[in-house]
Amino acid sequence: MKRNLYLAGAWMSMVYVFLYLPIVTLIAYSFNDSKMVSLWGGFTFKWYLNIFQDTEIVEALLLSLKIALWTATSSVLLGTAAAFALVRYRVFKGRTFFNAMVNAPLVMPEVIIGLSLLLLLVAAQRTFGFPERGMTTIWLGHTMIGLSFAAVVIQSRLVEMDHSLEEAALDLGAKPLQVFWLVTLPMISQSLVAAWLLTFTLSFDNVVVSAFLSGPGSTTLPIEIFSRARLGLNPSVNVIATLTVVLVGFFVVFGSVWLARQERRRAKEQAESYRDASSPTLSAPLK
Amino acid sequence: MSTTTELNQRKSTHRFVAVITSSNWGRHLIIGLPYLCLVAFFLLPLLIVFKISLSDLQDTGIGFKDMLSWRDGIFEVRLKFTNYLFLFGDSLYLRTYLSSIGYALVTTVVSLLVGYPFAYFMARAPAAQRPALMMLVMLPFWTSFLLRIYAWKMLLDNAGVINQVLLWSGIVSEPLQMMNTQFSLQIGMVYVYLPFMVLPLYANLVRMDLRLLEAAADLGARPFTAFRLITIPMSKSGIVAGSMLVFIPCVGEYVIPALLGGPNTLNIGRVLWDEFFSNNDWAMACAVTVVMILMILLPLAIFNRHQTTLGEGQ
Repeated sequence: MKRNLYLAGAWMSMVYVFLYLPIVTLIAYSFNDSKMVSLWGGFTFKWYLNIFQDTEIVEALLLSLKIALWTATSSVLLGTAAAFALVRYRVFKGRTFFNAMVNAPLVMPEVIIGLSLLLLLVAAQRTFGFPERGMTTIWLGHTMIGLSFAAVVIQSRLVEMDHSLEEAALDLGAKPLQVFWLVTLPMISQSLVAAWLLTFTLSFDNVVVSAFLSGPGSTTLPIEIFSRARLGLNPSVNVIATLTVVLVGFFVVFGSVWLARQERRRAKEQAESYRDASSPTLSAPLK
Repeated sequence: MSTTTELNQRKSTHRFVAVITSSNWGRHLIIGLPYLCLVAFFLLPLLIVFKISLSDLQDTGIGFKDMLSWRDGIFEVRLKFTNYLFLFGDSLYLRTYLSSIGYALVTTVVSLLVGYPFAYFMARAPAAQRPALMMLVMLPFWTSFLLRIYAWKMLLDNAGVINQVLLWSGIVSEPLQMMNTQFSLQIGMVYVYLPFMVLPLYANLVRMDLRLLEAAADLGARPFTAFRLITIPMSKSGIVAGSMLVFIPCVGEYVIPALLGGPNTLNIGRVLWDEFFSNNDWAMACAVTVVMILMILLPLAIFNRHQTTLGEGQ
């Protein structure tokens, strides 16, 4: 038994080292004062100061943020609808087909999605004269991938959800739309937040689909990083990486703590309400 | 008694569904909106790719000739198979397809071999530690994958961190050529896709009923036998899901081969990209895509079936 524990510890540490070694290296070398990116030449902050004067990077960052905000919002809206359609409406025409179309983009190689969507847009442009390639088209492409991811996250919550509260609301005379706003939505709100964050990250990170759908003057941050990284090692990339890791790390840690607290509070409230209902005389003096 | 409550429950679910379905307008909107989006921006584009792969370029070099035409009483169907003939006639394309599948397979197997024990140990860790262990897997997953691939460039370069350490410690006298080889490509792929393997495996293993293992032990099975005969078969759906999540996108991966691969690592995603962006040969790029889709159709179907059972909560 003890030997197994050692094995588990060793294996897990090795995988964690594998996962974190590149990230730690990236961060360490963002402070490297040397022309050769991978040779250590002393500590410096100069790359950090440079990055804010790098207009290409700053503009690309702002564009990426904008697209990611739009993508996350539209993906969650469409994803919620898709998840509801799949979980709540068990029977409708073309459901199997719909289901397959929701699942496919999860694994579909991005080159296929990017290329095919671009060809559609080119055809549309020839026929109708729009849309020009740029921010809107990138947003559209990201949303098509985000929709699926959001749908899966929300779907799994809807499946495991307890229907009895919704039924109780219906019994008490609430209209279906009221039930949705007042009961269902609060119950799935965590999955909506999770889906929003996930699709935001997916969009903020996307290279391939963006590259296919971007036009002149709409370079996103990943496209910019990719073109720099392809040419070789570049300290500005290390700086962006460090800033991203710090920001994401902060949000992930903060977010998980918040979610866990939220979950505990809900469980406690539920337990309390059950106790109140079952023995009103006992719970009164306890408060 | 229990049957009546069950019956009541079923009845109320029916009523619940009935109430929701009764508002027809909402139903049409909820199903119709995502449906329409997917047909217009996912399915239709794929059909266009298929059409263009069979289209003939205009003599002017811009745009494609009509596939179906009606002129002077002649109905003409024009399908150009040249691209496909070229694709299957040229050994370079064939080798590229095969090596892409090979890389994806290696990535899947390595991820499974590394990820399965990892997910297993994580699922058997004390319940209080699991969220933290999980978060540590998710953290790299949330940070830019592009930047993490770039990091491997720094590590594996001839003047990179690993070679510096090896040279300094005297293990090697010449820097090892690791970048732009199959090795660097596979490291990058495993690195990026490992969490996709770990997550479904963990979700599956953590839900397993441990009493089954106790029962096996009581009946005299050694731990390894129990693992082989109970744990592995019971985690089959996690293995399938993880493998598909890794294998399918890996086949068409572009960014990792472009950053970590070399001239000798053939990848179909890169070929597609070059045909489209460098050679400007749209029809050829489409033919390459169609064949790629056909190749991943079966894994896609397996993945879809798995997701469907998962989505229906069984």
